[in-house]
Amino acid sequence: MSDPMFAVRGLSCVRGDRTLFAALSLELRAGEAMHIRGPNGLGKTTLLRALCGLSRPVRGEIRWRGERIADLAEDFTAEVAYVGHLNGIQGELTAGENLRLAGRVFTRRGHAGLSEREALERVGLRAQTDRPARHLSQGQKRRLALARLLVLRRPLWVLDEPFTALDAASVASLSSLIGEHMAAGGLALVVSHQAFDLPGIRDFELTRYCRSRR
Amino acid sequence: MTGGVLGAMRAVFLRELLVFWRRSTEVMAALVFFVIVTTLFPLAIGPERRELMVVAPGVLWVAALLATTLSLNHLFASDYQDGSLEQMLMSPYPLSAMVLAKIAAHWVLTGLPLALLSPLLAVQMALPTKAIGTLVGSLLLGTPTLTLIGAIPAALTLGVRGGGVLVSLLVLPLYTPILIFGAEAVAASAGQGFASVAHLSLLGAFLALALSFAPWASSAALRVSLD
Repeated sequence: MSDPMFAVRGLSCVRGDRTLFAALSLELRAGEAMHIRGPNGLGKTTLLRALCGLSRPVRGEIRWRGERIADLAEDFTAEVAYVGHLNGIQGELTAGENLRLAGRVFTRRGHAGLSEREALERVGLRAQTDRPARHLSQGQKRRLALARLLVLRRPLWVLDEPFTALDAASVASLSSLIGEHMAAGGLALVVSHQAFDLPGIRDFELTRYCRSRR
Repeated sequence: MTGGVLGAMRAVFLRELLVFWRRSTEVMAALVFFVIVTTLFPLAIGPERRELMVVAPGVLWVAALLATTLSLNHLFASDYQDGSLEQMLMSPYPLSAMVLAKIAAHWVLTGLPLALLSPLLAVQMALPTKAIGTLVGSLLLGTPTLTLIGAIPAALTLGVRGGGVLVSLLVLPLYTPILIFGAEAVAASAGQGFASVAHLSLLGAFLALALSFAPWASSAALRVSLD
């Protein structure tokens, strides 16, 4: 089997004076996805933020294509797309402008994915292209945030509750987006309390790495 | 579609201009504050030209400084709340470059109009005509420095309750040298002190210094705030 593209070993994270989880290890190969599970307050968001380099873990190392992400710095962030609790959408700009700017600011030369029109089409927001993003509903904003994944075309997707505020049909169509991403050799880490159907996704129980109960 | 770091900076710059433009009340607030303060002084002191002339450089500069301080909260706050800042941290380009572009856009919308409007207010403050050029020059050199330096505490206090007050407290001691040399430059060319060129060159030196470290320091502060 090939070397894992993304490897985490001995990871520990602390919030305040509380150790959230310790000695956590996981591996992802090209085309693999993982569904990180666990009850509220366990540190799933903290884990995802540490995995994409937004916050620094107290212990452990994270390697991308064999190199430590701290050494890669921007060469790592150039390959990760993160969708957090916040949508990262500027309300004063239209849906189209939000995506167009994401494409300009966040992609390196020659690495652009879909155009904003195609991406909006895929998430069913084509009709909203010229509407200011602040007039969109919660679910539409969420879909716009996910459309950014298509514009950026990065190999590793880190998704924190991507399906909040989405209706059942959207959940189905967006989980198929993750499926397509995997089929194209992409990696995905998903935290979700909502059930979604995605063949080939592995479950990862965070509870195993938490010493103390809440 | 993209043009490297400069292309990304340009995109951030234009995005900021567009956003601030659509939210123009916030941009106008600093300018309106500047106008109101400098308009109140002649009313309070009296229309006596000699008295006004003495305080004019100081009043104009203090008003400009406070107006800039007021506008600092808008620099990162909304991007922090909607998550855009988080996304900016995931950019494949150095964060300090993005921050510099944001600061530049912020200055174009707050500092620049302030400097351009100042001749009008200078006349109202009975500042001699020969000093007006120096006033505009000193503000053009000084206000970008104020915004650059102010970006550091603005980034550091993101998500902190009462952050606005904290920013003013942190930033005012750093602003004093710029205030002193700025006001002194104007006073000098109004014929009350030494030649203004020396003060203006010092302001230029401050700007160069701030340009070299402020974007880097505020991006480090942003990473801390968003950890």
